[in-house]
Amino acid sequence: MRTVDKRSRLSRRSFLKTSAATAAGVGAVSGGMVVFPAGDVWAQSMKALTADAAQILLVMARDVYPHDRLGDSYYAKAVETIDAGAAKDSKVATLINDGAVQLNEMAVKKYGKGYREVANEADRVAMLKDMETTPFFQKIRGGMVTGLYNQPEVWAKLGYEGPSADKGGYLHRGFNDLDWIKDA
Amino acid sequence: MTAKFDIDDDRVVVVIGSGAGGGTLSNELAQKGVKVVCLEAGGRHEIAEFVNDEWQSFTNISWLDKRTTSGSWRVSKDFPNLPAWVVKAVGGSTVHWAGASLRFQEHEFKALSTYGAIEGASLLDWPITLAEMEPYYAKAEDKMGTTGTNGIPRLPGNNNYKVFAAGAKRVGYKDFHTGNMSINSEMRDGRAPCQQIGFCFQGCKSAAKWSTLYSEIPKGEATGNLEVRPNAQVLKIEHDAKGRVNAVLYADETGIIHRQRARVVAVAGNSIESPRLLLNSASAMFPDGLANSSGQVGRNYMRHMTGSVYAVFDKPVHMYRGTTMAGIIKDESRHDTSRGFVGGYEMETLSLGVPFLAAFLNPGAWGRDFTSVMDLYDHIAGMWLVGEDMPREGNRVTLHATEKDAYGLPIPNVHFDDHPNDMAMRTHAYRQGSAVYEAVGAKRTIRTPPYPSTHNLGTNRMSANARDGVVNKWGQTHDVKNLFVSDGSQFTTGGAENPTLTIVALAIRQADYMADQMAQNEI
Repeated sequence: MRTVDKRSRLSRRSFLKTSAATAAGVGAVSGGMVVFPAGDVWAQSMKALTADAAQILLVMARDVYPHDRLGDSYYAKAVETIDAGAAKDSKVATLINDGAVQLNEMAVKKYGKGYREVANEADRVAMLKDMETTPFFQKIRGGMVTGLYNQPEVWAKLGYEGPSADKGGYLHRGFNDLDWIKDA
Repeated sequence: MTAKFDIDDDRVVVVIGSGAGGGTLSNELAQKGVKVVCLEAGGRHEIAEFVNDEWQSFTNISWLDKRTTSGSWRVSKDFPNLPAWVVKAVGGSTVHWAGASLRFQEHEFKALSTYGAIEGASLLDWPITLAEMEPYYAKAEDKMGTTGTNGIPRLPGNNNYKVFAAGAKRVGYKDFHTGNMSINSEMRDGRAPCQQIGFCFQGCKSAAKWSTLYSEIPKGEATGNLEVRPNAQVLKIEHDAKGRVNAVLYADETGIIHRQRARVVAVAGNSIESPRLLLNSASAMFPDGLANSSGQVGRNYMRHMTGSVYAVFDKPVHMYRGTTMAGIIKDESRHDTSRGFVGGYEMETLSLGVPFLAAFLNPGAWGRDFTSVMDLYDHIAGMWLVGEDMPREGNRVTLHATEKDAYGLPIPNVHFDDHPNDMAMRTHAYRQGSAVYEAVGAKRTIRTPPYPSTHNLGTNRMSANARDGVVNKWGQTHDVKNLFVSDGSQFTTGGAENPTLTIVALAIRQADYMADQMAQNEI
């Protein structure tokens, strides 16, 4: 049976992103000179979201649809999609920026630190659960469904091959190659 | 040679919609020498424009004009402005249909007399029998190249089918196979055989699947008797002082409104737009809407009892490879009240890509329980459950009280409440679907709620008696003799089967009647 190679292929784009994040991350722990925390170059690049909101959403995005096999770059791209939507509608931008502030305040109140700094995933998820009916949460969750799962790079990681007509379909590429049911 | 008719040409039959009903009717009439203008609200997107991308295709060809919903159905909560997933393009929903082409069973034309009166349901017998329909079903199967008929071999089963069939065998089902599909298993009618592309819902790139877009319509155009006008949004049907329809108002792509005169008008805009158009065509003579003296226009909206079961296995399946609907189990389609409900249902394999599965597996779900299923996407098999739902007077398409479209016309609201019979059937179907997969070692099964409706039926239903419905046994409205309904909104009841074959068979039959009535100057 033909299966799909789910290993990451390093693209230039994801390499740049990773190295930027790494560089900033290294800076953050070296000598206290660095003003920007990890990933802030990315967070500053948002069109409608504040840098703080982008950083919070990056963690929230993974908490909403956690796939341990997916690196942060996929979630960052999903947040970029949400940002692009917010850039088209100032009401959406306000909803998301305010929502991120509220989520952070909830964390400060409960744990004495920001949402991103709450170390335990279950604690963060419990906070999301408390706000799951809010328009903010629903906007992010809905945005993630397409923002994350409509990325061709994510399809490959989940074993979905995407477009096939340009390859002649699956007629000669395993449409009926299942071999683990004996009487099939 | 494509015809071009003058807007003041009052000899033409105006067909509104170009899908299974309208596209077929247009070609059938054109073949008989009848002049036809087919007005299609959507654009003409040929095969080269189809994309193997679920969301992109959805954006390109779906009917996305705003609609509202009400009622207790879950679609109203999850997709409040998308009650139905249908196509707005030349070819209508035959562009994205799966291809399943099943005849109704004899008793399904006699629902009231077979099931008896059921509380909360507005059941009725069709004014036609299976025996009357059989010759037209045969013509439809030949036209569409349905596998398993006319000596056409069935399609080979894909991986999703292998899991499904092995499970069917192990639970003791007898009547299962790769279906009666209007998808070429060999070269036929100038169209190629299926390449197992796996994007049937996004438009078939190889034209193996029958669609009015590239089968009926070009054939009709070749006669010189058919003109298809895309991007023509019909707004109103007009009538004369005697109450006969005589013209159709439509807006073109630029918003300019035209009046096409007509000898006969046939409405085939699917079960939301067709009743909406009749209601929006109200006049002093027809204050409740055209052809609505019964008050039944828009009522008895049916969408089939539906649901899906997805199952996760230890080993890979890759369900998305090959035809989207690759096989059927028919054992549960019988009427057998020992199961706790009337009517029956079909079990049909179905696959969704990652983008659509994420959106529809369990709308609104999030967290690790959800992602643990998506993580095993390539180990999932899937099936759709589709059965007869009960018509209800209160399940209906109405005009929105305040919201208007770009032309100032009220948008439609779709109200739906599941009947207890629908819920009992769905529970049974979920259990049986899960059993099929558990028999082949499923680690987990997921019961997926209904998608936005693809089978929209019943809102201009056929009835023997004018007070019970909107059209007679020919799809001719009881009130206006030169006004016809030619889509699934004619259905008196829904049956368990996917409706397209019946819509096409009815259109072929209606064309015979209409041409005959025109020849006799009755219309």
